[in-house]
Amino acid sequence: MSTSKVQIALVLPDLLGTYGDFGNAVVLEKRMTWRGISAEIVNIRFGEPVPESCDIYVVGGGEDTAQTLAVRHLREHPGMQRAAARGAVILGVCAGIQIFGESFTRADQVTHAGLGLIDSTSHAGGSRAIGEVIATPADGLFEGLLTGFENHQGRTVLGPSARPLAHVKVGTGNDGRVEGAVQGRILCTYLHGPVLPRNPQIADLLIEWATGAKLRPLDLPDVTRLRAERAKAAGVTA
Amino acid sequence: MSSKLSQKMGLGAGGMIGGRVALKLDPQALAHLTSGRQVALVTGTNGKTTSTMMLSRAVSFLGEVATNHGGANMPDGHVTALSKQPDAPYAVLEVDEGYFPEVVRAASPAVAVLLNLSRDQLDRVGEVRTIEKSLRTALASVTGVVVANCDDIMVTSAARDSANVVWVATGTGWHNDAASCPRCGDPIRWEGEHWHCTGCDLARPRPQWVTGDGYLVAPNGVKVELSLRLPGKFNQANAVMATAAAAALGVPVEEAVQRLRAVSNVAGRYRTIQRSGHRARLLLSKNPAGWSETLTVVREADHPAVLVINAHEADGRDLSWLWDVPFERLRGRQVIASGERATDLGVRLTYAEVEHTIVPDPLLAIDAMPPGPVEVIANYTAFRDLNARAAQ
Repeated sequence: MSTSKVQIALVLPDLLGTYGDFGNAVVLEKRMTWRGISAEIVNIRFGEPVPESCDIYVVGGGEDTAQTLAVRHLREHPGMQRAAARGAVILGVCAGIQIFGESFTRADQVTHAGLGLIDSTSHAGGSRAIGEVIATPADGLFEGLLTGFENHQGRTVLGPSARPLAHVKVGTGNDGRVEGAVQGRILCTYLHGPVLPRNPQIADLLIEWATGAKLRPLDLPDVTRLRAERAKAAGVTA
Repeated sequence: MSSKLSQKMGLGAGGMIGGRVALKLDPQALAHLTSGRQVALVTGTNGKTTSTMMLSRAVSFLGEVATNHGGANMPDGHVTALSKQPDAPYAVLEVDEGYFPEVVRAASPAVAVLLNLSRDQLDRVGEVRTIEKSLRTALASVTGVVVANCDDIMVTSAARDSANVVWVATGTGWHNDAASCPRCGDPIRWEGEHWHCTGCDLARPRPQWVTGDGYLVAPNGVKVELSLRLPGKFNQANAVMATAAAAALGVPVEEAVQRLRAVSNVAGRYRTIQRSGHRARLLLSKNPAGWSETLTVVREADHPAVLVINAHEADGRDLSWLWDVPFERLRGRQVIASGERATDLGVRLTYAEVEHTIVPDPLLAIDAMPPGPVEVIANYTAFRDLNARAAQ
């Protein structure tokens, strides 16, 4: 770690904060501070350089225009890509999974180059995937179910260097079968909710990657109750 | 008959089915019913119902006004409202953002009011930028006066191409959706109350009307006290927008303000109910910008708060927006999370470090508070259901 405080970069919240993705950064910060690990959120706004010294980068979802602008900005200020090269932890949500890949093709058939952080390509699907998602962990990456809310037109195909985060039980995810992507310490998902409040085990996985610390469990009754409620609402027993 | 049926079926305030049938029989019904009247349309993300009520009260100075009180803001609701008052020479209509272009085409408004634009139920309404573009095209075709909030970047972009714009500085706007210019995409820079795009010529226009704390300044420089019964900065903004729109129709400023001062209860919003030793004030908030404003209003006193959240189609089924609301402001206050999605709110409050309990039934949540004043803030269907139950 570059400083004594774990720095969580909230990347372009003014462009890619459409779906409450600020919540992911808050959950990471609180789950560290409540366990005595000093942490802080660093807001990186549109028009500002992106530092490469942060420990965790959180990238949210955004509208099409905002997504194009975000890619342009992250290319001009490649701090996050440099951080990735040295093994920093990155969470990409929704638009994140698309812009982190090699390319993404919109409904207008125009293909845009991605940031090349994960081995994937995305394209526009025939219909918009909207609704609750339930998925089971791939390769024992985490425990319990992955739950969230999806709202996207993109479909994503993973290449051999990336592996899926989870297998879809209810909903669409990348392609109706798998959901998300993991490559090194980069974790992507289509799920909002936001994803980390709904899935504390993913939050803790990212924190463990970033700090190397073995985390003691946190008992948050509302979170347990919410996970059971959402699984039940989707017709799945938690 | 059909209106009663509509109420029975829970379709809002019973304004819908009559209009729906009329539109089936005559697709031009809205154009026919607005023809020969002076029409004012009110749209935007937040404050539509309140501003429409204020404007209709102000315009009543000139004569009888047909209006769609209570939020039936799609064409069938307009047809119903206009049919009820066929002889009213004026019409003041609240219009859903998505239907605005269609209603502009049919109604040829003398005045169009654009309050604000921010994220609202993204899984239902669509992206803010898409709405801004469709409003821009519709407003450019308006030959009457466009009254627009120049402190809102999206609104400014949507209204700027119109021939006859009256700009109002409301002091309110949600900046989180407008970091990049809706015209060219470059970053927007703020300097105090002024803003400009760093890439093109979009910039805050010079306002003719200015909102101050508790007063307005009219284009002739005269300062008028507002003295509203409705709380909050956003209702002052609504009042100044309504006054500017009324003035465009010929209502003297003093006469307009005097009439909208009397507004105290808008479709059940802001009213206080007595229940089990509690005085519960009912507040409606539907999206992050609205919640943020309402949390500012309840900060004026340290009363316990019941927060009620549902996630039906009309609310938006994705509750991610809860994380865009600064609930941290409620720290230290007695709070109960309520509604069908009380648990989602409970998780949000947990991470905001706001102590709370969960009581899904909002009436029982009010009962569970210590006797005295209680603030109840609910989103759309939660508010509608609570309001109906409280009336029983």
